[in-house]
Amino acid sequence: MSTTPDIGNENYSLDVNGRAVDIKDSWIGESLLYVLRERAGLPGAKGACEQGECGSCTVVIDGKAVCSCLVLAASAVGSKIVTVEGLGENGHLSDVQQAFLDCGGVQCGFCTPGFIVAVHHLLESNPNPSEHQIREALSGNICRCTGYGRILEAVQKVAVERKTK
Amino acid sequence: MNTTSTLSPPRHGTLGTSASRPDGVAKVQGGFAFSSDMWAENLLWGATLRSPHPHARILRIDTTAAWKISGVETVITAEDVPGKSTYGLIMQDQPVFARVGDTVRYAGEPIAAVAADHPETCKRALAAIRVEYEILEPVLDPERCIDGSAPSIHPEGNVFRHQRIVSGDPDVVGDVVVEGIYEVGMQDQAFLGLEAALAIPDPGGAGVELYIATQWLHEDRKQIAACLNLPEDKVRLVLGGVGGAFGAREDISLQVHTCLLALRTSRPVRIAYGREESFYGHVHRHPATIWMRHHASRDGRLVKVESRMVFDGGAYCSTSPAVLINAITHTQGPYRCENAVVDGWALRTNNPPCGAMRGFGVVQACFAHESQMDRLAAACGIDPVEIRLKNAMQTGDRLITGQVVDSVAPVAQCIRETASIPLPPDMGDEPDVLDLPGGSGRTADRRHIKRGVGWGVSIKNLMYSEGFDDYSTARCRIDDGVVTLKFATAEVGQGFVALAQQIARTVLGVDDVLLDTIDTQVGSAGSSSASRQTWMSGGAVDAACRAARDALLDAVAVEHGLVRSRLTIDGTDIVDSDGSFRVDVSQAARGKRIDETREYHHQETEDLDENGQGNCHVAFAFVAHRAVVDVDTELGLVKVVQVATAQDVGRVLNPTNCVGQVEGGIAQGLGLAVMEEIVVKDGRVRNPSFTDYLLPTFLDAPVVDMVFVEEFEPKSPLGAKGVGEPPCISVTPAIANAIRNATGRELPRVPVRPYDICL
Amino acid sequence: MSVHMPSSIDQLESILSNDPQATILSGGTDLMVEINLHNRRPSTVVSVGRIAELREWNISADRVTIGAAVPYGVMEHGELAATLPALAEAARTVGSPQIRSAGTLGGNLGTCSPAGDGLPVLSALEASINIRGNGTLRTVPFSEFMIGVKRNCLGPGEFVHSVDIPRVSGWQGYAKVGTRNAMVIATASACLVRDTFAGRVRIALGAVGPTIIRCEEAEHWLAESADLGSTLPPLTEIVLEFGRKVAAASKPIDDHRSTADYRRHAVGVLARRLLERSYQ
Repeated sequence: MSTTPDIGNENYSLDVNGRAVDIKDSWIGESLLYVLRERAGLPGAKGACEQGECGSCTVVIDGKAVCSCLVLAASAVGSKIVTVEGLGENGHLSDVQQAFLDCGGVQCGFCTPGFIVAVHHLLESNPNPSEHQIREALSGNICRCTGYGRILEAVQKVAVERKTK
Repeated sequence: MNTTSTLSPPRHGTLGTSASRPDGVAKVQGGFAFSSDMWAENLLWGATLRSPHPHARILRIDTTAAWKISGVETVITAEDVPGKSTYGLIMQDQPVFARVGDTVRYAGEPIAAVAADHPETCKRALAAIRVEYEILEPVLDPERCIDGSAPSIHPEGNVFRHQRIVSGDPDVVGDVVVEGIYEVGMQDQAFLGLEAALAIPDPGGAGVELYIATQWLHEDRKQIAACLNLPEDKVRLVLGGVGGAFGAREDISLQVHTCLLALRTSRPVRIAYGREESFYGHVHRHPATIWMRHHASRDGRLVKVESRMVFDGGAYCSTSPAVLINAITHTQGPYRCENAVVDGWALRTNNPPCGAMRGFGVVQACFAHESQMDRLAAACGIDPVEIRLKNAMQTGDRLITGQVVDSVAPVAQCIRETASIPLPPDMGDEPDVLDLPGGSGRTADRRHIKRGVGWGVSIKNLMYSEGFDDYSTARCRIDDGVVTLKFATAEVGQGFVALAQQIARTVLGVDDVLLDTIDTQVGSAGSSSASRQTWMSGGAVDAACRAARDALLDAVAVEHGLVRSRLTIDGTDIVDSDGSFRVDVSQAARGKRIDETREYHHQETEDLDENGQGNCHVAFAFVAHRAVVDVDTELGLVKVVQVATAQDVGRVLNPTNCVGQVEGGIAQGLGLAVMEEIVVKDGRVRNPSFTDYLLPTFLDAPVVDMVFVEEFEPKSPLGAKGVGEPPCISVTPAIANAIRNATGRELPRVPVRPYDICL
Repeated sequence: MSVHMPSSIDQLESILSNDPQATILSGGTDLMVEINLHNRRPSTVVSVGRIAELREWNISADRVTIGAAVPYGVMEHGELAATLPALAEAARTVGSPQIRSAGTLGGNLGTCSPAGDGLPVLSALEASINIRGNGTLRTVPFSEFMIGVKRNCLGPGEFVHSVDIPRVSGWQGYAKVGTRNAMVIATASACLVRDTFAGRVRIALGAVGPTIIRCEEAEHWLAESADLGSTLPPLTEIVLEFGRKVAAASKPIDDHRSTADYRRHAVGVLARRLLERSYQ
């Protein structure tokens, strides 16, 4: 017989966007998504499925884009976590964020932070993606509003702009 | 002599430009506050206990154990609802909580709610509530509600609405007759931003403030206040950021529960549904069975359309009667047809409740009539495009309801423009695996694929119907040169916030336009549905801005001793037409305070009579779709390659946002065509997750090539028609027709499943 | 703190021997769904992601060894993909890119879902599972490892250390049917290996039975009916019959994702196509 664990026993510290975030009195079962949103004051990552099927909660951990809803928060101790709030400098928009606005890639905006993180990650690992590569790399990010056309255009725009810079 | 056009391009940010969304920066940075992001000091979490049974009598509810769990602040049931115990948009037949002694009528019906210090505590509390049920046989077949063989499962009976349409000569017979029975599965709106709300009680429980993602703040407030037994002015609703809606936020879901928990605990309470609960928490698109028979002359002109439509409304009424009326009044599609006999039923069963979803009944009707048009074309030996052109409706034509279409009706132009869009290239001998049906699953090789082309054309009513005055309100305030708009229009992603600024910039000649909080501190805006806000709230904002402009010009005339009738706004300047005076609007407005509120009402409509006759709709929009699909005929897998479309939009007010509506709507229509269905068996949803309710991914979305057919709509305050719904309507039958074209299969139902194609 | 993050196998073993009920976290793509959605409440969690040894993979002359914590994303490209193309193809269909960055072969084995994308590949390639725990190492063939729907032969205190996959000369491929072009649970899947050295074909099916199904009868029949060492494909009749025999070996069910009839049909089609593809 396993006993039901108490809520409020876990204390640890996470490295989020280069900042140490102390998590106090948490529950062992909390996902990184929950901890970021409810304990770290970083609501940018969104929850829409709780099982890695929508990408709204995408963050980068140690250089890999992952679904934060599927990361046990306490197991991310010692990892470098980057959220949408950690992109762009001094509150300025990143090129990806700007392109989403310019191209109409944002409607309701709920999938947007996850997409922004995933696109940054894609273009860092593959600066010159083909249309197929873009579609496949972003196939884990569901958008219900746009039909993806404006998002595709935004990604392609950034890729071209970065090349000409 | 050279002549130069005096028409300059519109000023950036005004109507006709791709003005950016004022909420865009916050949305890309992750700082935009969706209703699920709302937070308050001393916050509690709320959660809802739901029935696992589709039909059962509640014998006993024991909450004792839940109360004892550390961290649980309250547990509430039907006994704790101080006001009206039921709610609903049309018929108030849905209980806030199912009551002991009464029955639950669908699997997922709320029974109790808890508030606690942590979501995990809430889960444990819900698990500790004991409910004893007497299981009852569920009524699952709507036909049994028509023939009366099913027991009544609600005091209001099992028929939400039955309506006939009889038009012209019901007995006329055509040279060519085709018929079929079509089925549409239950689709989910599947907005990404799950239901969430934050309720903050007033001291002493005198009132409550609710931050809520909804489509219609004022209607919510009316229903909530009645259940809480509070005056409406003590219930203040503020729009929390809305992560998509598509019809699923028209009905009450967690609103009353959240407020009750907050009032009971005197603490702020947030409820946030997970995805599974969301499938139980909101209404879905009606599954429908539609028999249709078309009569035509030998050369393919429609003579008569007959139909019987059965819509399964599920356990509670929601908007079922209105959805049904929309379906049956669109039976003929965008085609001339004088004679009709239509019989429509919307019924109550123990299946999940259904209501509004983008397209609102017309999706189902269109799937049937567009499937029929291809059958008719084949029977007459005519090309599918030609038969649609031959019957295309025009302005001035009479509908089967007797209503004359007085909207701009460029049906033939939509079809021709769509046909003129080039077809996609062949896939070539060595296509990338991602271009093949099955995608990264590598199921197919080039030689297994057949290509098909299909068409769909549709008509969609705009605004509410049958006598409903869904007016909209807006306020324009100029305060010391600063222009601020206020309205209660729910921004659900469609971009109304951008459009409102565009209107103000255009009318008032200012560049900076502030938007006040979207809440109930101003008159109703009606619902963000029925493709109506550009027309209705756009009309209200336009009227308020014009009134403010007139007031400003009055003041400037007095201030400077000018002739008022000669003053106009040119760009960003107020000018005297005699050339003697020109001043920047912002400067002229300094020190002035102007406050104008206006309502916009559309023309009156009327109920249908017993024969389904009456001017029940306000206006119409039209669209044509052509789909190209590649089908793996042996495995039944489909890849939609391209959708070409020409849409009647009246006037494009924001090109980028129009494109976004079209592409997004097409993706949803694609979903219904080939993958999206809530699978209900024995009254239970079998796939309440994004693992098993499949939405189109980036790799499923087709290339969309589009044309906007622009003809200024004189009835519309801005000349524009709503663009939200038409994109998702006829694309579904276009894709189905394309699959039929590739496979030769009848495929009478959507979504088309792989085994429908290959077994 | 009740989340352990051992950095060595020895540490992991000692944690598990002290608390055999501890839940192993390897990627999280299954366990976290259980916690988020199905009220699973582990009291102790052991995350194996920091154990370098479990994140290693190695290619030798006769086998490929893949640590239990190697994520699927690593198998999609590079030398691993070139050596084990069927595993690369299967890896590419696992969830989304985000899932493939986290999800591991060890996790797939721990969960043992019949729809687990990596499992038909392990079956067809006749992989062995290296199991550690309680101070011992044991190796079991995949066919003995998976014993039922979401059931495996791991005992208390045991964990998957790595997988040994023998190298095969000849073609290997994976195909998966789902009603979406990406990110979909298999409604039917198959891995086919044509061992040109041994002159035989091996095929394993996913999502059409309680476990991964090896179609040994169909394999034997094919080896007797065609010269599988030849560069020429078998006659059409042979290919068709092979598909029928594979379909007959499946034991699918009706559920909300598909029907038994469709699944049976689909694995037959996949078997034919994979066999034909092996000659292209």
